[in-house]
Amino acid sequence: MKNIGKGSLIIFASTLLLAACGNGNGESTGEDTQNGATSGNGEEVTLDVTWRFAGDPDNIGDYVREFSDWYSDEQDEVVINPDPITASEGDYFSNVSLSLQSADTAPEILSQDTFMISADANAGYLVNLDDLVADWDEWDNFIENIKDGVLGEDGSVYGIPTTTDSRGIWYNKSVFEEAGLPTDWQPESWNDIYEAAEMVRDNTEAIPFSMNLASVNGEAVTMQTFQMLWYGTGETMYDEEAQLWNVNGEGIIESFSFIDEIMNQRNLGPSLSVAINQNYGSVIMQDMFPSGAVAMVLDGSWNMSHFVEGGTAEFDNPEDEIGFAMMPTQDGSGDGFITMAGGWSWVIPENSQHHEESWEAIKAMSTEEWQTRRAMKEGTLTVRQDSAESEEYADRPFVETATEALNYAHFRPKHDLYPNISIFIQNAVEAVATGNMTPEEAAEDYRNNVVDLVGEENTY
Amino acid sequence: MASYAADKKHKRLSDNTKTSIFLSPAFVVLAIFFLVPMVLTIVIAFTNLALTGSQAQQLQFVGFDNFVRMFNDNQLYSSIILTLIFVFFSAILGQCLMGFIIAFMMKGKNSTFRRIIGIAVIAAWVTPEVVVGFAWTIFLGDSGTVNNVLTFLGQYLPFLPQEPVAWLFQYPMVSVVVANIWRGTAFSMMAFQTALDDIPTEVEEAAIMDGASRWKSVWNITIPMVKGTIVTNLLLVTLQTLGVFTLIYTMTGGGPSGSTMTLPVYMYQQAFVSFQLGYGTAISLVLLLIGAIFSLFYIKFLKVKI
Repeated sequence: MKNIGKGSLIIFASTLLLAACGNGNGESTGEDTQNGATSGNGEEVTLDVTWRFAGDPDNIGDYVREFSDWYSDEQDEVVINPDPITASEGDYFSNVSLSLQSADTAPEILSQDTFMISADANAGYLVNLDDLVADWDEWDNFIENIKDGVLGEDGSVYGIPTTTDSRGIWYNKSVFEEAGLPTDWQPESWNDIYEAAEMVRDNTEAIPFSMNLASVNGEAVTMQTFQMLWYGTGETMYDEEAQLWNVNGEGIIESFSFIDEIMNQRNLGPSLSVAINQNYGSVIMQDMFPSGAVAMVLDGSWNMSHFVEGGTAEFDNPEDEIGFAMMPTQDGSGDGFITMAGGWSWVIPENSQHHEESWEAIKAMSTEEWQTRRAMKEGTLTVRQDSAESEEYADRPFVETATEALNYAHFRPKHDLYPNISIFIQNAVEAVATGNMTPEEAAEDYRNNVVDLVGEENTY
Repeated sequence: MASYAADKKHKRLSDNTKTSIFLSPAFVVLAIFFLVPMVLTIVIAFTNLALTGSQAQQLQFVGFDNFVRMFNDNQLYSSIILTLIFVFFSAILGQCLMGFIIAFMMKGKNSTFRRIIGIAVIAAWVTPEVVVGFAWTIFLGDSGTVNNVLTFLGQYLPFLPQEPVAWLFQYPMVSVVVANIWRGTAFSMMAFQTALDDIPTEVEEAAIMDGASRWKSVWNITIPMVKGTIVTNLLLVTLQTLGVFTLIYTMTGGGPSGSTMTLPVYMYQQAFVSFQLGYGTAISLVLLLIGAIFSLFYIKFLKVKI
């Protein structure tokens, strides 16, 4: 009796173990068939579309779902499956890098920030679109210098642009009136900014000038703050031709000095508990700025979506209350104005299935009609020439200035180590803003970090 | 006689074979989920593998380059020191001591009282780390409970702050340490509870009757009797605390200006924000080394066999 008991227990346990292993294998093949691995025999193909979900309002999500409904009506073979990743901006990129590595996790269509494209292409994560784009007659309708953003280091096209954006100074017109400043303000140098800020400080209760300063806010600090200053001094961060990083330029110290003047010397900035905060972005743009607690904010054009219909700080006539000015260069020389331009694009992961179907869907999303719809929904700038000229697009508040700024656009360096070096900038900016380092010390810190990372021979 | 010995040997052999067979699934699981990743970690630490970019495609051995870079990395040294500070105050002084005190004070008390305290402390422990992080961020915020209470009392007591204090900004290490103590004390408390309950009360009473003061009886009698538990507990809590990441990351993100950038947070930043997996893994080996040093220290110094 005992022996039979033991024996049956052994059999039972091993069956359980095998079943568990078996189920594991079964599940993954089940998923594969769900993803439509059976293309070519008339069965439905599902395309997973991934973007970054950052909480409501989910403009991209609404757009993808609208498109998915329309696409299902137009044809039967392909179904679009919205599959966003919920993450903060920095975490989204790490999530994406991990998911692109395997066929089990890579989506069919992915929304990727253009500055990551060159690194992703080098890693072999993306499908080269050169041949597909050569056969596509719509490609000529895309704005030329935006196309530059989706090229890999080898010069091939790896993504189709979807949105672009510019950066500038948002200003609150009611606060400006109270301070005695013109409501159609356009500064032409950093001094103009100091003057306006000082008038706000002396005549109102509002915080004069705010910008992204906390290293927890990641890339926003580099792109919306530091590069807007640095590139305005006439220098650039990286010499693409010589492949050298700028570490000794005067512009570095001067950009840190601007931050120091605003935050420490002239008292024109927000308190540290507001500035050095994970939620800086939403608190400022959705609450403090529209309500008049802050007069000027250096930030991106996409924030317009908060102030128009459907936004969290909706105004009936946004352009009566809020203004968007271009960021001037340091002393008005050169082009006079400057913006960093970024943008997002659709890419096709190499490790996904159904590349052809994905390409067809991307083409369908990139027509003038759908592109304009996307820009309207998201409050971003469009990447097509014809969409940019459409009336309903151009009539949107702030679009005119934001688009004009694109004429003075610079792009971030396309280099694998850019994310690493960007962190050096973020840390240095925060140190200057909190008074922990002087501008000279911060510039020295930046230089040492970059030299340690890339070697002195790659700097100038 | 010979056959009996041979039989016994045969039985022992088949016993051993049976044991190996039954243990093999467990070994396989351990190998796949523990051994292989550990070996991979050590291997990757000698490469320059990246999450994206050209170094994501091929694994290139760079020998000790990562370690040379760590040697010159100032942030790494400050991360090590911050980690040690965090572990000392949060694990050793905080959790172990508090756990012992709570368990000691609950000894022999009313069981309902014990249950209530027990539940309160354990509830903090079972809450997911992210939730704890967010809860403490709000608790310490400008309009959070701490500041509300302090500014309210500040109206009457001038030495208290009149304005809200930005705790997470001005005293980040303190905030994170306190949050971690709040979260982890339950573990130590439960460990000590079991150990203290095993001590018969007669021992302490005998000591007091012999003239020992309360304090002396605790120090010379109670503590030596739970020595084993103290060491095990110290070991476990230290190793757990060395790896704390989520709490610090959600509360301060490693800032401001890297003042709470302990090794796990720095590792994460290098591996996943800068995409340098090779370097991040090399840093993790440093963490492993520190853990090993702590363990050896406890075992040797406190002279207890594990």
